[in-house]
Amino acid sequence: MPKDTSIRSVLIIGSGPIIIGQACEFDYSGTQASRSLREEGIEVSLINSNPATIMTDEVTADNIYLWPLTIESLEKILKERQIDAVLPTMGGQTALNLAIEAEKTGIWKKYNVKMIGVDVEAIELAEDRDLFRHHVVKLGLTVAPSRIANSFLEGMEAAQEIGFPLVIRPSFTLGGTGGGFVHKREEFDESLRRGLDASPTHEVLVEKAVLGWKEFELELLRDKNDNVTIICTVENLDPMGIHTGDSITVAPAMTLSDTAYQRMRDQAILLMRSMGNFAGGCNVQFAMNPVNEDLIVVEINPRVSRSSALASKATGYPIAKIAAKLAIGYTLDELNNQITKTTSAFFEPSLDYVIVKMPRWNFEKFHGADPTLGLQMKSVGEVMAIGRSFLEALQKACQSLENNRAGLGADKKEWMRTEDILQRLETASDDRIFRIRDAIRLGVPVKTLHKLTHIDPWFLNQIKRMEDAESRLFRYNVAEDIPADFFRELKSMGYSDAQIAWTMRISEEEVTRRRKALGIIRSYKMVDTCAAEFEAQTPYYYSTFDGENESIVSDKKKIIVLGSGPNRIGQGIEFDYCCVHGLLAIKEAGYEAIMVNCNPETVSTDFDIADKLYFEPVYWEHLEEILDLEKPEGVIVQLGGQTALKLAELIHKKGIPIIGTSYDDMDIAEDRGRFSDLLRDLDIPYPKYGVARDTDEALVVANTVTYPVLVRPSYVLGGQRMRIVINDEELERHVLSIFKHLPDNKVLIDQFLERAKEAEIDGIYDGEQFHIMGIMEHIEPAGIHSGDSSAVLPTYSLSQNVVDQMAIYAERLAMALKIKGLINIQFAIKGETVYVIEANPRASRTTPFIAKAYKVPYLNIATMVMLGHKKLKDFSIAKNLKGYAIKVPVFSFNKFPHVDKSLGPEMKSTGEAIQFIDDLTDPFFRELDRNRYVYLTR
Amino acid sequence: MTTKEPKPAVLILANGSIYRGKAAGITGTTTGEICFNTGMTGYQEIFTDPSYFGQVMVTTNAHIGNYGIKNDDEESGKVQIAGLVCKNFTNEFSRAMADEDIQQYFEEQKIVCIHGVDTREIVREIRTLGAMNCIISSESDDIEQLKKQLAEVPDMSGLELSSKVSTLEPYDLGDPAADIKIAVMDYGTKRNILRNFVNRNCYCRVFPAKTSLAEINQFNPDAYFLSNGPGDPAAMDYAVNTVKEMLATGKPVFGICLGHQILALANGIDTYKMHHGHRGINHPVKNLVTGKCEITSQNHGFAVDAEQIENHADVEVTHVNLNDASIEGLRLKSKPAFSVQYHPEAAPGPHDAQYLFDQFVDLINQAKNN
Repeated sequence: MPKDTSIRSVLIIGSGPIIIGQACEFDYSGTQASRSLREEGIEVSLINSNPATIMTDEVTADNIYLWPLTIESLEKILKERQIDAVLPTMGGQTALNLAIEAEKTGIWKKYNVKMIGVDVEAIELAEDRDLFRHHVVKLGLTVAPSRIANSFLEGMEAAQEIGFPLVIRPSFTLGGTGGGFVHKREEFDESLRRGLDASPTHEVLVEKAVLGWKEFELELLRDKNDNVTIICTVENLDPMGIHTGDSITVAPAMTLSDTAYQRMRDQAILLMRSMGNFAGGCNVQFAMNPVNEDLIVVEINPRVSRSSALASKATGYPIAKIAAKLAIGYTLDELNNQITKTTSAFFEPSLDYVIVKMPRWNFEKFHGADPTLGLQMKSVGEVMAIGRSFLEALQKACQSLENNRAGLGADKKEWMRTEDILQRLETASDDRIFRIRDAIRLGVPVKTLHKLTHIDPWFLNQIKRMEDAESRLFRYNVAEDIPADFFRELKSMGYSDAQIAWTMRISEEEVTRRRKALGIIRSYKMVDTCAAEFEAQTPYYYSTFDGENESIVSDKKKIIVLGSGPNRIGQGIEFDYCCVHGLLAIKEAGYEAIMVNCNPETVSTDFDIADKLYFEPVYWEHLEEILDLEKPEGVIVQLGGQTALKLAELIHKKGIPIIGTSYDDMDIAEDRGRFSDLLRDLDIPYPKYGVARDTDEALVVANTVTYPVLVRPSYVLGGQRMRIVINDEELERHVLSIFKHLPDNKVLIDQFLERAKEAEIDGIYDGEQFHIMGIMEHIEPAGIHSGDSSAVLPTYSLSQNVVDQMAIYAERLAMALKIKGLINIQFAIKGETVYVIEANPRASRTTPFIAKAYKVPYLNIATMVMLGHKKLKDFSIAKNLKGYAIKVPVFSFNKFPHVDKSLGPEMKSTGEAIQFIDDLTDPFFRELDRNRYVYLTR
Repeated sequence: MTTKEPKPAVLILANGSIYRGKAAGITGTTTGEICFNTGMTGYQEIFTDPSYFGQVMVTTNAHIGNYGIKNDDEESGKVQIAGLVCKNFTNEFSRAMADEDIQQYFEEQKIVCIHGVDTREIVREIRTLGAMNCIISSESDDIEQLKKQLAEVPDMSGLELSSKVSTLEPYDLGDPAADIKIAVMDYGTKRNILRNFVNRNCYCRVFPAKTSLAEINQFNPDAYFLSNGPGDPAAMDYAVNTVKEMLATGKPVFGICLGHQILALANGIDTYKMHHGHRGINHPVKNLVTGKCEITSQNHGFAVDAEQIENHADVEVTHVNLNDASIEGLRLKSKPAFSVQYHPEAAPGPHDAQYLFDQFVDLINQAKNN
């Protein structure tokens, strides 16, 4: 019998708000699982407190519970709905922990619910370091020498026995929280104490650190018949010592012989089969001694994990989708490869390209945070890049990061001082790969680099090839001098035109012009799971400089949606939600929907959401060639956050229509000067402000505006480097720091409205009618970034007069900006006066929250309006909310023990939850309200 | 590398397609049937697998050469492929245990290689048009001349190649005092097959492909093993006849790949040339006897006829390919003989199917005890 027919209704548990170590990859897996189960005619219920997820949308599941992830919520669901089985492996550690807790309280049994896709004993075995160690040894495999400690004394004893360097790993924590390396005796006490504190069971493992060993990860799938297949093998460029979430990783493995690999594969399979008998996904990590190829088992995750999302995007094999089918009883040989549709799902994908995953950090958001990388994950997002060689993929990944880099070096961001560079190599931090490149340029030998970083010489030698290429390029004076073959080779190595231009000190336009004249343009290859052995039906493409272009352009009218690149603070999962809905609406309107993005954690880059997917950097040079090839009717930039919006100007200049609000009108909203002029003309109050190009100007402006003032660089995201300052001295210091870090920028100085209330409106305008999606009132006073404030929908304390004024101003602005689609307007309210602080002519962080709270498909409506396919009057919009919905920010401060946790105008939260309350007497609301001034320290 | 102007090379397929790339290995010209392998590890094992004799290999993995060459990883005494086509020929390698780099190896072994070509396009061409001959040259750019040379390359169908790669003299492996003695027919055997027998404490004598049964039986073996190898099995009457005689002895027989095809032919089941074959280390096979699945290493351009097996009174199918339902394994109902189309010895590839060697040893022990 192929599947368990007793399962007709399944509950999937989500992973809750985004935190470091548990991000939107679990929205991707949960969404895939839900769609996969619904395909089988199963009714899917979903619980998740994160409103920005696509999994909690009506397009994904049958019954949605935007409730806190607690036992009480589970029981409430089980009371009101017949649930046959619960699938807890799609929502990370959070979902697993909740399911295990529920198991212990007996509620699954009480309501006759089967846990599927998981084996509690396997989970506990994997999580309990000591049990796991013994288990591995019993199988005849090797682990690093270690001892368990439940007390300070035991920890000290263990350290004495094992010696330094060592690792402290707390049991039952997420993303390495509380763990760390201890290189010297002096660092030990504090680390041990932190580890013991972090563990809910006051237990740590003190383990020998195999620093510098090579690190590999295998992604496995197993079915109920114990058939196992390896979906992907990933090699960490950063060897043992850096959390895999913070490592640059590469697939397929680059430096692994078949003999070494097969031993690893055998061990991984042996391990998985030895851990209970669950059907689903699993991830095993190994360390390999580079000298004799000895293997050590590092850990096993018997569930879908962050790396499964990456492996799915890297290979095209949808792990969560298949894992969900295995959980309900299918075996792998009964299922088809979802990409070819004709071959078996029981196989091991073969790659004829290289992928590089690069983490994205946000240390600039956490003042005082230690940027050193280690056991504990610190990155907030990641990018993946695909190329036909390691170097091409590596450079594309650099172009995807949105750190203003044109690739790996060869741009104006290079470091020059050898001492600084070498110091950064020894202690790895977020910029290490760039420093390696700098060191090679300055002539540091690969041997030394290897000694400092332990990175495999193969990777270092590949990077060194860039140096050879650049010294050859250096010989030419103008673009016309570059021989065509060499030009093509440079492009195959991933060089952007900007890098070539910088190396030759000529203009980028000159390089691009010459390149196109030589006919050196990108071709597109398919990600097909099978290295072209079989014909694939899936339109999932990446660019390279190679012969044949496989991306056949259809004769349908096309709309391109630009994604938002890597997740970071201020721009995350909410834009993935928006893009998914945008794509679905575009299809519904009869166009071909094309997605462009480079974030492997997203649902919008799942191969069957858009009609066509280009997994490419959201970087102009790449985008331009997609536009040249596809010739779309237009591009939607409103759904991909600031990243997409930033590209509007170039798209517009190229003559490709921006769908929705025009580039010029968006620019009015973005440009502080033009925007203030508009507000003045519209008779809308706004805080006094000024623009300064240097410190002297800043002092003049600040004194005209009068202190306290809000200081920030123009064109930044999530309030980066935004401060409130109260006197000349502070102003000077901060303005200098802005110019140091962001040269060629302008500084905006706004009057800070002390003790004002803040509110925001999200709305849709179609040229005739303005619809207010929602008005939110912030609980905390002005001064805290809107992303970090708790927002109540609808308003709860503002007067009717104020609310009316906001609505009038919002409509006036939408009309004046000729908005076609979405707009978000932020207000400050002092007394009965309403000031407009800013307007964003795009989907905002709160758009999904409002759509969820009111149960209105706002993104569909907005996209239809942008396309001109429908008008607001064509929809009957019925808001459905009893009481209030509160958006609550969630922080990941525990990853940064020494960081300043006070909130201010710079956003620091990584995620959000939604909480519904009936009225203002609700204790949850009262608690928030009582603490509204607590965070305001300046 | 990039500072030196790389030498150009050209690849021409029998259908007239021309690919220009860079040369590696020795400067020269080579011809053969073009085929592709999708394995992401194990290039050295592939190059030295005698079953590839006479074939030009396209490796689909993006980089080749990354972990160098290690003498122990050879599957025969030399490189067997006629030439290599790859995307990135990576001479700088990293493996502490490696002996040399791939360029050095190819120079010693006189192998012509073209790289920097669109291997994916070539694979798509082979996938669509089927197996065909090709020529690589890094010494001539005279396309017409090369095409002429290409036209003279014989078709793989009907080509007997085993005798060209088989050992010239019999040789022994393992412990002479071992309980089990296996006569290995070397149609182009991979070393790892022999290692698998020796590791199971079997004493092997490896015979040249055309050895007569009378001569083999002087060794007094407990069982016969039919190895893998290159070429068209239908052109190997000598082997088919010998295998018929082997079956008549009632002793256990085990065949791998070409050996499997010969076992089928010896039972009157035809083989055919596949469109473009199976070559890789990710091929899904279902064992119909146990219901379990295994990921297998494969390398074959010929296969046995499925319909004829189904209608055969004494032969049953034990393994099928989950991708295309082709025959992956068979056994005789009346005799202790079985065979698989794929490579349980792996090297390169997964070890999922090594149980077949145990199965063979069990079969031998049973036969001896009866």
